[in-house]
Amino acid sequence: MALKARHKRFILIGIGLGLIGLAAMLILNAFQSNMVFFYTPTQAAQGDVPKNTSFRIGGLVEENSFKRGEDGLSVRFVITDTAKTVPVLYKGVLPDLFKEGKGVVAQGKLGEDGMFTASEVLAKHDENYMPPEAAEALKQAQTQSNTVVMPK
Amino acid sequence: MSLKKIIFALGLIIAVSAAALIFFAHGLKYISVNVALLALGAVLMRQSAYFSDNFYQHASPQTFYPTAGRMIPWFAWLAVVFVIYGLYISFAIAPTDFQQGEAYRIIFVHVPAAWMSMVIYLAMAFWAGVGLALNSKLSAMMAQALAPTGAIFTLLALVTGSLWGKPMWGTYWVWDARLTSELILLFLYLGFMALQASIDEPRKADRAGALLALVGAVNIPIIYFSVKWWNTLHQGSSINMGAAPKMAATMFEGMILMALAFWMYTIAVALIRVRCIILERERNSGWVKELSLKDHA
Repeated sequence: MALKARHKRFILIGIGLGLIGLAAMLILNAFQSNMVFFYTPTQAAQGDVPKNTSFRIGGLVEENSFKRGEDGLSVRFVITDTAKTVPVLYKGVLPDLFKEGKGVVAQGKLGEDGMFTASEVLAKHDENYMPPEAAEALKQAQTQSNTVVMPK
Repeated sequence: MSLKKIIFALGLIIAVSAAALIFFAHGLKYISVNVALLALGAVLMRQSAYFSDNFYQHASPQTFYPTAGRMIPWFAWLAVVFVIYGLYISFAIAPTDFQQGEAYRIIFVHVPAAWMSMVIYLAMAFWAGVGLALNSKLSAMMAQALAPTGAIFTLLALVTGSLWGKPMWGTYWVWDARLTSELILLFLYLGFMALQASIDEPRKADRAGALLALVGAVNIPIIYFSVKWWNTLHQGSSINMGAAPKMAATMFEGMILMALAFWMYTIAVALIRVRCIILERERNSGWVKELSLKDHA
């Protein structure tokens, strides 16, 4: 069966798009490690992070880990991915959304002693939006379920 | 299958599914979205009257020129109503966010603009591809008409995101996968427009632009899935297929209404622009000359 010219062009365009998609996929796969905006504490613990150069580390700010230094400007906190942790030292202004238990991305260098000295700290926001009352209700429900004594 | 029936069916499906949502799935939770969808469905059903039963007839610029003219006011008015309604819900009804306070309200412009930037590109690439395959003039003109609006929405998404990023993240800009791929989208739009403008012969310009538009379409899934595939500073999507939106009902409502308003605006503006392009390109044809004589009379 002879194909009409316009059908042939449709097929050619389809094949072309498929090939471009495939090429893009391969390129992105090859660049996988360079496409990462931040590394996790687990990757840092395994040594899968750039050495002697600045990189970003991301995770949650561990609860009760935030301490302000004597000078009132330097802060210490711990970034966790719930498996591994990295202690961070930072001097500077923190973004509004910086909070214990919330997402954070810090840029800096990892010292020999395992201390991460950050030059920049960014807050990573999550995708949840709700009114303050709802957040309060959620929190209360959580504390209530925590205080319930489990029957033995 | 005629275009008339397709458009009528599309309107019917939108209207019926909106009505079904009101009564079954969510009750009165998203009432304004349902009302808006009903209105859109009704308008689409009305639009079908402007088309004839002959599918290919509409591929002719001469037939489409008056059809587009009759459609523009409908979509323009829908855009105006949806924008007023959407802004009212977004700024007067939707509650404050528990973490971000009032600054979160940028999502009512930012998210719909970002959606439109991607959807318009896909529409543009679709028309460009159809034009390339069928050698139809009107499809290429549609692609050309969509590009500036897409570029504006991309810029709007980038700028609003950046203004939000400073107080929330602590920086205007980071080179993470989401932000970078969206910036590339802006360059693709600008590149498409520049390439078309730089070639004098319209049919050659169409073909060159179509190739660029089709190749660039690869970027769209990259933008959309970037927050899933890589660690990014940009948050994941709050709205996913098959899952409840991770936001309060009225916030979701405001965002959908604004998205619908942007849709209507895009259709109206693209139709206005395509009419200009038709006149410009067909200026030497008999019917355009006749039209201009009529206007001067």
